[in-house]
Amino acid sequence: MDRRPRSFYALASFFGLFVLFLYGPILTIGILSFQGPGGGLTFPMRGVSLHWFRDLFQEQAVGDIWGAFRRSLGLGLMVMVTTVVISVMAGLAFRKRFAGSAVLFYAAITSLVIPSILISLGVGLIFQQLGLSVHWATSGFGSQLTWTLPFGLLIMFAVFNRFDKSYEEAARDQGATAWQTIRHVVLPIIAPSLIGVALFGFTLSYDEFARTLLTAGSYNTLPLEIFGMTTNVTTPVIYALGTLTTLFSFGIIAAFLLGAWIMDRRRARLGSDAGKGV
Amino acid sequence: MSATPLKNRHLLGWLMAMPLSVILAAFLIAPIVMIVIVSFWGATEYSIYPAFQFDNYEFLFGSPVTYRVFGATLKYALITWALTLAIGFTVAYFLAFHVRSLTMQIALFLICTIPFWTSNIIRMISWIPFLGRNGIANQTLISWGVIDEPLEWLLYSDFSVILAFVHLYTLFMVVPIFNTMMRIDKSLLEAARDNGASGFQTLLHVILPLTKPGIMIGTIFVVTLVMGDFITVRFMSGSQRANVGRLISNDIGLLQYPSAAATAVVLLATVLIVIAILLRFVNIRKEL
Repeated sequence: MDRRPRSFYALASFFGLFVLFLYGPILTIGILSFQGPGGGLTFPMRGVSLHWFRDLFQEQAVGDIWGAFRRSLGLGLMVMVTTVVISVMAGLAFRKRFAGSAVLFYAAITSLVIPSILISLGVGLIFQQLGLSVHWATSGFGSQLTWTLPFGLLIMFAVFNRFDKSYEEAARDQGATAWQTIRHVVLPIIAPSLIGVALFGFTLSYDEFARTLLTAGSYNTLPLEIFGMTTNVTTPVIYALGTLTTLFSFGIIAAFLLGAWIMDRRRARLGSDAGKGV
Repeated sequence: MSATPLKNRHLLGWLMAMPLSVILAAFLIAPIVMIVIVSFWGATEYSIYPAFQFDNYEFLFGSPVTYRVFGATLKYALITWALTLAIGFTVAYFLAFHVRSLTMQIALFLICTIPFWTSNIIRMISWIPFLGRNGIANQTLISWGVIDEPLEWLLYSDFSVILAFVHLYTLFMVVPIFNTMMRIDKSLLEAARDNGASGFQTLLHVILPLTKPGIMIGTIFVVTLVMGDFITVRFMSGSQRANVGRLISNDIGLLQYPSAAATAVVLLATVLIVIAILLRFVNIRKEL
């Protein structure tokens, strides 16, 4: 191995600073959430305790955190499943040019770049004028999909651009129908990427604030609840909540990565039956 | 499927794209149409009523606040764009060309992306212990003897707003730039070196042009996110600064929907014009 140029060390330090910049503040509130009962929002630490976590579990202190968490979890799962299914279908559709595909593509891009408060405002107005009441599982759900679906679609484009079509041709030559080809050849090959789509779907929904602001109705999702807390809670209990939700997010990412890794291994093990006489 | 008649191909494509079309029609197109319609409506203190009048737009364009706020919005977008581009390009460049093993590249890349998955609001809050009057930054500077008095402009200022934007959105620059850089054929760099190009010349004349699509996609993300944002500006400026998003959300808070809708229409037009200009430089579908 030849020696690293000096620029390597400069860039490596820059990268280190960037990582510190990304994680530093989160670590700080992680530490501060263990403030003693008399401690405030900044250092110094006045003792170390679990006081603020206990405070968080006493519902009356800070509103309906656990209800909000349950709703966000449920909504996240709904959005995740819908995003995966619809993105895959649309991804398959876009592999061939069809009438109106360009219009649909630009609609998806618009959906990605439109300021999120406009979705909130527009959906809220429609529901209001139709005399429907907004609810996180209806208007909130649809609003969040306008953000997760374009991401899912873009990932599907990236996946299919790299897809080796000869596998499908082989399946067709063996007499597989279109549906059999998708079910037994295409889907297993793209499965690990679908975990990425699912991760996007769930976490984007779980953290979405602006699109849910006017569309969630009277029952808050977790980001809305946290936002409410930022305006009227001035104790480290909000750091305790931040620490818990961040740990939960990290847990979700770890689970998805583990899932992708296991699928990859399975595929490596079972993917080729060449020479095994199957 | 080559034997399938042409008509069926279109039909099948449409069927598979149908769910996406329905959702976008109901929750993207219809809301935009609704906003445009309501932007011509009138409002009393308690309710809104259908009308076709230009009052909202007249008020919007007649008010000096509008121009100031649009100016501030563009200023935030421009500064954030420049900073995220500089940081994002450097980080992606380091990962793509200086980290040698693929495993290490992926690991370091993941480290960069993980904070993106946690709550934006939590990430904003996390700056308070750093930037506050008695925060880490002030205490450190005082203990070093750099300053005597705590700096007041660290929190609740343009500075903290832009810092939060960079913190939240640099990743949207790193990912597409890293993605395009990883696809640059390494033999091109060798060829440049063999022809006597210095490292800087290679960067300027080979890597930069080939990375342009990634830069454009990152730019689209960062610019639109910053221009549409209202929560970061409100939170990090302690409600002391405004951008267009805040103007809209304030009107919504006062139930002045027609006025909010008119501002939203102008914001949307601005964003779409910016995107249209940027898209002239890159074919998104080809670059994925």
